[in-house]
Parts: sequence; structure tokens; C-alpha cells
Amino acid sequence: MSEPQQKEIPQMKPIWYFAGWMLFVIGLIVVASGFINLISPPEQKTVLSHLHPNLWWGATIAVFGLIMSFIHRKTKHDDKNMV
Amino acid sequence: MDYLACLAQSSVLIHLSPIDWLILLGFIAFIICMGFYLKKFARTDDDFFLAGRRNSAWVAGVAFMSANMGAMEVIGYTGNAVKYGLYCAHFYLISAVPAMLVLGLIMMPFYYSGRIKSIPGYLKERFDEKTRVFNAFIFSVMMVLVSGISLYLLAMIMETVLGWPWHVSVWVAAALVALYVSLAGLISAIFTEVIQFFLIWAGILILPILGLIDIGGINEIWTRLGQVAQMEGHAANYYTSIWANATDPQLNPMQVTWMGLILGIGLAIGFGYWTTDFLIIQRAFSARDMRSARLTPIIGSYFKILLGIVVVLTGLIILTLTKTPQSGLTLMVKENGDVNYDSALPLMMARYFPPGLIGLGITAIVAMLMAGQAGNMSAFTAVWTYDLYGAVFNRKATPGQLVRMGRIATVMGLLLAVAGAYWARSMPTVIDYLQAIASMVLAPGVAIILPGMFIKRMTPHGAFWGMLIGCLSSVVMFLMQQFGVVDHSFFTPIKGAGFMAANFWRAVWAWLISFGMAMIISMFTKPKSDEQLYGLVWGLTRKSHDEQHLPWLRTPEFWAVIAFVIFILLNLYCW
Repeated sequence: MSEPQQKEIPQMKPIWYFAGWMLFVIGLIVVASGFINLISPPEQKTVLSHLHPNLWWGATIAVFGLIMSFIHRKTKHDDKNMV
Repeated sequence: MDYLACLAQSSVLIHLSPIDWLILLGFIAFIICMGFYLKKFARTDDDFFLAGRRNSAWVAGVAFMSANMGAMEVIGYTGNAVKYGLYCAHFYLISAVPAMLVLGLIMMPFYYSGRIKSIPGYLKERFDEKTRVFNAFIFSVMMVLVSGISLYLLAMIMETVLGWPWHVSVWVAAALVALYVSLAGLISAIFTEVIQFFLIWAGILILPILGLIDIGGINEIWTRLGQVAQMEGHAANYYTSIWANATDPQLNPMQVTWMGLILGIGLAIGFGYWTTDFLIIQRAFSARDMRSARLTPIIGSYFKILLGIVVVLTGLIILTLTKTPQSGLTLMVKENGDVNYDSALPLMMARYFPPGLIGLGITAIVAMLMAGQAGNMSAFTAVWTYDLYGAVFNRKATPGQLVRMGRIATVMGLLLAVAGAYWARSMPTVIDYLQAIASMVLAPGVAIILPGMFIKRMTPHGAFWGMLIGCLSSVVMFLMQQFGVVDHSFFTPIKGAGFMAANFWRAVWAWLISFGMAMIISMFTKPKSDEQLYGLVWGLTRKSHDEQHLPWLRTPEFWAVIAFVIFILLNLYCW
């Protein structure tokens, strides 16, 4: 006789995985805006705009997010460690 | 066209480009999707109100800080740093770190237990039902009022800075938070708080970096602010010290003394907020074991220190720039002619952030609003459902009924907050009450809870009447000052102190009145027995199993000592 099936507990991806993806996508968008600004500079110039902060800051955020989501890409199977 | 010319021509400070809108709307869509994804994990009332008690110390610690990083916290304190200089750092040091460490090291073992689900829940176990219901009631009222006033203020900022209609900002923000918090309760609140935490850092961390490049380094800030202070007739370290000028209120921009800082902002307000406000402590309750729960505020203390450095440094940069005419930076002015210090952070964003980055900055402000509102609402929902609905109106409620009530309470709480925002709009002076409301509730609370953990003799009747009389005395003192019955310096032992000092001292008096009344009444009433107090007071608690035989590197004590050393070093550096 087969054992009664236990109610399946849904498994959750680690929260850091989602946070990493969000940072990666937003970082990419900010970098893209930096390239757009390089090609066609905006009419309204900001202070220190010659440093192109959206390029290097966007890249920093994207790399940080990518590393974070890669490290935490696996679903935790221990219910006690879901998040 | 440069930034200054545009600013002069435009009635709105910041214009969002399509790419900025993409970031903002993408973030909002992501948060809503997370709410739907997490709904299936909210199966029981413990899931909905305590996130299933599954969180690691890191998740709980990050959420603990995120709930504190509301929009008014970051925007307001940046403005405070412009107003008070380095003295604003006290809100991140003496007002926060000692209390957070005491919470983690000493108080959490009493709070964190299977039978306690909220701070009023602890009061029921330690004292009695009436103390719990009273505390739950005043906490719920405070949450709704604070939430409403924060909503009002942020919508005002959005209207001033971005030109967004006030009504739209209020309703859209409330609807978004209601949607994702009601779907999965504290699970979605914590999940989104962690995501918002990173977004907020991504949006604000770059500001002091650009500011320092613009001005020429931290030494240049110190030099320029020293020159400004001397030109204004003060000591050179007027804006750049935190203790050196605290002997006389006339010598520092906050007009306080060291006694007001330690007793008022440190003990009454700081301990009141960090050790008894369920809004933040709820995150520690969601931790998976005692060690994680104790580590939650200790991890939070590191982020609080870091946030303080970023916020205060940003404020000092703005202060330096506003005192340098050729920078072109001037704070906005309110309709009544007062300087609008809340405009400081958005002004910095407008100054340095090009398209794309400005979208990230505005999204960070929206994330702060949502994190703050979600924190308020998840705490309100848990206290309302467990400590008022479950304790007074429906004592036999099933877990399913509790979750259903939790969802209803989230929506109702936000509707009340919106009503509060409209009320604040019709009566703007209510903003002055924001800090007073908090000290009316939190100072008497900590005067009962903290000593009650050590003094077995404190009785249920003593606690209840002490808390009630403390709250009422705080209200009376505030109204006496507000309606001119007494001058604000009436409450401060040293004459010449400012309004901020009076705020601190009213909290100290409320603390002393609560504690004094509780002890006097306790002398004539019957205390609980040792059996009833087991696990709730010092000396009647055993160390939890999961903390025995831990390597020292993993103990909360080790990390608390490191945080305390950093706290001392920063105080010495900024002395």
C-alpha cells in the first residue's frame, strides 16, 4: 500500500535572487541611458555631467545585481530557509 | 543649457524622461508581481503576520532597517543635517545604536517566543489584558496617524518636485501598498522591503560621492563650514562637531545640551522607538530562531550607521553648497516663507542626476515611501488582528478568520491613512505633532516595558496606570506648549534651550512620570508569581537551545561589540 501523499510545500526562490535581478535590469537601463546621453547629450546639463555618472554607476549596480542573483540562483529546499 | 538656467526657468524641479518613467513603472510592476508570486506562501496566520518565522538574520536585519528607511526618514533627516549640521548624526548614533544593541542582546530573549506575536502580546504575558489592549489601541492610532501624515508629506514633495497632482500621489501610493501587503501580509512586506532596501541604496549612495567630487573632498567641507560658522559669529566647529559644544545650548545649532541628548534622544526617544515600536520589531519576530532574532537589530545597527554617514554627509554637502553663493544651490521656500528643508535631497538629485539616473533617484524615493507605508500597515494589521480583534472582538477566531481580518485591516488601515493625509492637508500644523505623537506613545511604553523586564515587583495595575498617566501627561505637556500656556523652555532644566531640546525633555518627563507612577502603584498592588513570569523577566529565563555552544564569531554578542566600538569611534571622530 502506498503512503498517503503529503501536501506539497511550495518552494521559494531566495529573496536575494530577485533583488539581484532587479538591480541588474535597472543598472542596465541606467547604463543604456548613459550611452544615449553620450550620443545625443540632453538639453539640460547637470553638474559633473562630464563624468557620465549614469555609465559607471549603472554598471556598478548591474554587476552587483548580476553577482547577487548568480550566487543565490538556487531554490532552497529546506522550508526553514525559504527566505 | 545648464542645470542652473533650467532650474530658474522651470516651476517644477525635476522632469522625468521616458527612460526614467521606464525605471519607475518597471519597479512598480515588479513589486506587484512579487505580491502575486508570494500569495501562495501565505498559508497560515503565522505566515501572514510573522512571515512564517522562516527568515534568516540577514533578511530580517535588512527588512528591520528598510522599515525604518521611510521617505521622511531619509528626506527629512537630510534636511535636518542641512539645518543642524553634524548634530543630526545624533539621530543615527546615540539615538539608535545603543538601543538597537540592547534590543538584540537583552530584550529579544523576552520578546521572541512562540506564544508572543507582538509587543502588546508581550505586555499581556508580562502584565495583563488591559495593558495589552491599551498599548495596542494607542499603537494602532499612532500607526494610522503617522502613516497619514507621511503620505501627505511625500505627496507634497512629489507635487513640488515633480509636479505630480497631490491626490494622485496619495491614492496611487496607498493602493499599491494595499495591493501587495494584503496579498501575502508580512511575507510580501518583508520581501519588498529587502528589494526596496537595495534600490534605496542604489539611488542615494552616489549622491555623497558626486557631492564630494564637486566640492573637493571632506576636508574642504570641514574648512568651508568652519569659515561660515566663524563668519556667523560661532566657533569654527559649530557645524562640524557633535559633543564639543554640547555644554551650552547657545553653542550648537540644535540648541541642546549633552544631558538632553543622552536622556531625551538617547533614552526616552531612542529606546522608545527601537525597543518598543512593533513596526520595526515585527521584522525580528519573523526570524527563524532566537539567534537570528537577536542578530536582527544588531545587523540593522551597522546599516543604520552607514545610512547616517550617507544622509548626514549629503546634508553637509548641501549645507556647504548653500553657503557658497557661486554653487547656485538654494533650498526651496514654503508658502509661509520658511525654508523647505525637505527639498534638499530632491535638489541634490536635480543637480547631479542626468536622465536615467534621475529615474533611479525618484524610484528610490517612491521605494522609501512604499517601504515605510508597508511597514506601518503590516504592523498595524498584526496588532489590530491579534491584540484588538482577536483579544476583544472575536476571541475564538480561527487562523483563516485571522488572515481574512488581516487583509481587511490592511485595506482599512490604508484608507484611514489616506483620510489622515487629507486631514493633514486641511490642517498643515498637524505635521508639528508627528514627533510629539511618537513620543506620547513610545516614551511611556519603554518606561514600562524595559524596567518591567528587570523588576519582578512591577504589577499589572502599576504598568497599566503608569502607561496611561504617562501618555496623558505627555499630551498635556505638548498642548500646554502648543497653546502658549508655558514657554518651551519650561520643560528644559537649562534655560536658553531650543524647541528640539523641549521635544527631548518632554519625552524624558513622560518617561519619568510613567515609571514613577508604575512603581508607586506597584507597591500597593499584587505582582505576578515567578511561575507566571517565567521567560518574561531577567533571572527567570534560560538561554535558548540554538544559542548554546555557538562559536564566538557567530554569537550576537561578538557583532554587538564590534558595532559598539564603531559607534564609540565615530563619536570620537566627530566629537
